[in-house]
Amino acid sequence: MKRLRSIGFSVVAAVLCIAVLWLATRLVVPKYDTGIVEGNLTAEYYQETTKHDVIFIGDCEVYETFSPITLWEKYGITSYIRGNAQQLMWQSYSMLEDTLRTEKPKVVVLGVIGMKYDTPQKETYNRMTLDGMRWSAAKVGAIEASRMPNESFVDYLFPLLRYHSRWSALTASDLKYLFTRPKLFNNGYYMRVDVKPATTVLVGKKLPDYDFGANAYQYLDRIVQLCKDDGIELILNKAPVIYPYWYPEWDKQMVDYAAAHGIAYYNFLAEKDAIGIDLSTDTYDAGLHLNLSGVEKLSTRLGAILSQDFGVPDRRSDATLAADYAKKVAFYDAMRDRQLAEIAQYGHVLGFGAPAQ
Amino acid sequence: MLFTSYAFVAFVAVVAVLYYVLPKKAQWPLLLLASYVFYFIAGPSFLIYITATVVSTWYAGLRIGRIGAAHAADAEAGKATRSKEDRKAVKAKAKAKAKAKQRAWLVACLLFNFGILAVVKYSNFAIFNVNSLLAAFGSPDKLSFLTIALPMGISFYTFKTMSYLIDLYRGKFPAERNVFRLALFTSFFPQLVQGPISRFDDLSKSLFEEHRFDRRVVLSGLQRILWGFFKKLVIADRILAGVTTLIKNPDQYTGAFVLVGMLFYALQLYADFTGGIDITIGISEMLGIKVAENFNAPFLSRNITDYWRRWHITMGTWFRDYIFYPMSVAQPMLRLSRWCREKLGEGFGKRVTVYMATIVTWFATGIWHGSSWNFIAWGLANGFVIILSHECEPLYKRFHARFHWKGKPAYTAFEVVRTVLLMSSIRLFDCYRDVPLTFRMFGTMFTTFNYGRLFDGTLLKIGLSGADYAVLGVGLAVLIGSRVVKDRTGDFRERLAAGPAWVRTAATFALILAILVLGAYGIGYDAKQFIYNQF
Amino acid sequence: MDELLRILTKLHPDVDFTGRADLIDAGVLDSFDIISLVAEVDSVFDVRIPAEEIVPENFNSAVALYAMIQRLADE
Repeated sequence: MKRLRSIGFSVVAAVLCIAVLWLATRLVVPKYDTGIVEGNLTAEYYQETTKHDVIFIGDCEVYETFSPITLWEKYGITSYIRGNAQQLMWQSYSMLEDTLRTEKPKVVVLGVIGMKYDTPQKETYNRMTLDGMRWSAAKVGAIEASRMPNESFVDYLFPLLRYHSRWSALTASDLKYLFTRPKLFNNGYYMRVDVKPATTVLVGKKLPDYDFGANAYQYLDRIVQLCKDDGIELILNKAPVIYPYWYPEWDKQMVDYAAAHGIAYYNFLAEKDAIGIDLSTDTYDAGLHLNLSGVEKLSTRLGAILSQDFGVPDRRSDATLAADYAKKVAFYDAMRDRQLAEIAQYGHVLGFGAPAQ
Repeated sequence: MLFTSYAFVAFVAVVAVLYYVLPKKAQWPLLLLASYVFYFIAGPSFLIYITATVVSTWYAGLRIGRIGAAHAADAEAGKATRSKEDRKAVKAKAKAKAKAKQRAWLVACLLFNFGILAVVKYSNFAIFNVNSLLAAFGSPDKLSFLTIALPMGISFYTFKTMSYLIDLYRGKFPAERNVFRLALFTSFFPQLVQGPISRFDDLSKSLFEEHRFDRRVVLSGLQRILWGFFKKLVIADRILAGVTTLIKNPDQYTGAFVLVGMLFYALQLYADFTGGIDITIGISEMLGIKVAENFNAPFLSRNITDYWRRWHITMGTWFRDYIFYPMSVAQPMLRLSRWCREKLGEGFGKRVTVYMATIVTWFATGIWHGSSWNFIAWGLANGFVIILSHECEPLYKRFHARFHWKGKPAYTAFEVVRTVLLMSSIRLFDCYRDVPLTFRMFGTMFTTFNYGRLFDGTLLKIGLSGADYAVLGVGLAVLIGSRVVKDRTGDFRERLAAGPAWVRTAATFALILAILVLGAYGIGYDAKQFIYNQF
Repeated sequence: MDELLRILTKLHPDVDFTGRADLIDAGVLDSFDIISLVAEVDSVFDVRIPAEEIVPENFNSAVALYAMIQRLADE
């Protein structure tokens, strides 16, 4: 009896300890609900209840470039963007791996601008990309491949160790989102409706070496292989934005790579005029990222490619999907209207105040 | 591996589990292996140094032991044959001869090992001084500095092994025959970085014993470790930013800020060093091994002598037992003392040799802390204050005879504050690391009256925020509170162990949570080396 | 023994050395006192106390001190 009580005590104590530590962790991890909201991109994917025929992978040149809602409205294509701020090639690989654990798309659209980085860049971007990811071999691989010298795997396993010093900077939203997450995106699309025209024409600085790095190529190879193994069509693309500068030498490498591997490559930057994208009205930060107007034009073009060239089906007749997407469209429209109203009232979009990468 | 790294925590956990899972016979060999792994990670080449020290000391010890044994056997054999007077004379002669042989081994081994220490730690200091002299005489020649990495903990383990050899020579215990056991004594990993400087007879009692798993002992050790982490991470590493700002910008922070910096540094050093020792003793306790205490509430000392009995105790006793006493009671010193008493008067004669030994001891203590002039100045300042306080003793006696204040709480508090301020002032040599600068900064405390600026918000701009001060305040309160409880009711952990389980569990858990949340660690804070580990 | 007590009393006139066995542990004798003692014993008793004999057990009481002096004189 005494022994039983002692065991019972230990169990209760252990459970309480873990509960308090878990709560403390939930409290101090950044909520990314205003300002730099990109920290929520990865996690929001897991709220999806339906499957997707198209998965976008990449950095801001996908998640601020394509609109899955437009693809649905115009072509009945179901899609989701798994992109993050400065998502590096190895992270893109892991993001695809993670996606394939639960669903099998017909087409994967990969942004190639990530090829310019061959080594881990910034701890905070690593955290924003990886923290929201569910635990799996893919996540472990992504952490191992992404780690900066000052990062430790243990910090990912127990985020309290990483964010504990936020205790003195907690705000009301840390309590508000203690157990839930804000909903901020449209199937992974980060919407901005404001306009800030691109005024200068960028000329790229000379580089000592134009060849993409071996590490970046290695992960591109692995992405190609992953798609091939699962019978997924892969589309490489370059977004129609002028920052960062896209060198002809880089473009040639992608053209050659696509040809050598028998995959499609679209340089939407080159055909931006044909698509009708005008960077004096279609960008919200002078040419780094498209705004909603630009995104919808580009998505219309991509939708045509996907349905005509890749045979991605129109799912609008599926009642379950139609019901789900009706809600998504409503959210999309509401977000657009709210942003327009904010611009009318304050001159800028609230909440998403900080410029995005 | 820093004590405060994940790797070290994992390392200790693995060692502790293996320690109790493996057969008892494997316990100390496991610790030896772990210690060598620990040292290998610090620097593979360091293993050569420590092994040289172990093997040379082990061999010299064996020889000293063997000479002693042979002498004892001879003496036993001679007992029956000779007359009493004859026997005594022969015995004394034989003993002197044996002692001389033993001394040769002792001296050779001391020279070898302190020679290694001198080369790796002090050559560049010597070269620096030679170059300064050359430059002073207008010579364009310059010696180039050596590039030898200082093996981790070399000052500590050299002192440990040399105390083993001297004690053995003095006949305190027989020689250790097993070189691996001596290797473990030398390299025992919790002690390797910053002590305590254990004595062989003291540590070996529990180091080589077989230990059964005892939940209470392990938990008590764990609590001591957590307490150490609390001091290091919550207090020392947090205040470090402020200390660094104040000390690295002497032109900007003068007067009142020197006082603040000096007190902050006192707190930082105390929390860091005693916290590290808590971790060392806690790990050892968890493994059933008893390591000598190194601190006894040093900031409650009432004078400098008292302070040095309570701060870094094992280092103080080392210098006392192996430098101060032997030097003071050596025949030439006693002769000098007698001569001075006869020629120069009783009082002076009595003091001259003791003061000489004091100065030598503190010079050695200073240079042991670091091979630069500021540490020598620091050591000599300590010696000077000790001598001064001795000289003033008659004055104190008269003072206390007139005013019966001694022992009254207010006067005791005054003595404590005075000692803290005095020791912190001497420690400025350690802060500024530059002798003239230290004197200058000390002076500004009395010449720059900017004490009003302490309240104008400047202290919030030295790398410490309001939240940091709040944590430090709480941390300090916990430190003081734990001491008060200890003074009133005895050892805190023992009481905790005897009390209800839920209180014990809650207290332990509160400490864990406090360390995890309030600790200054991780990205955004530099991982900090123990202040003491270069010594 | 009386001679030894005289030496001790000269060091600390206010301490009763006959009844105490905690001279070191209580901090009555500090290291400076010990050196003075060793020097006095050397000149009065002609007995040399080596450094290794300077341990608390030998200096905690007058009795222990005296026993050590006799032992060393005997060698």
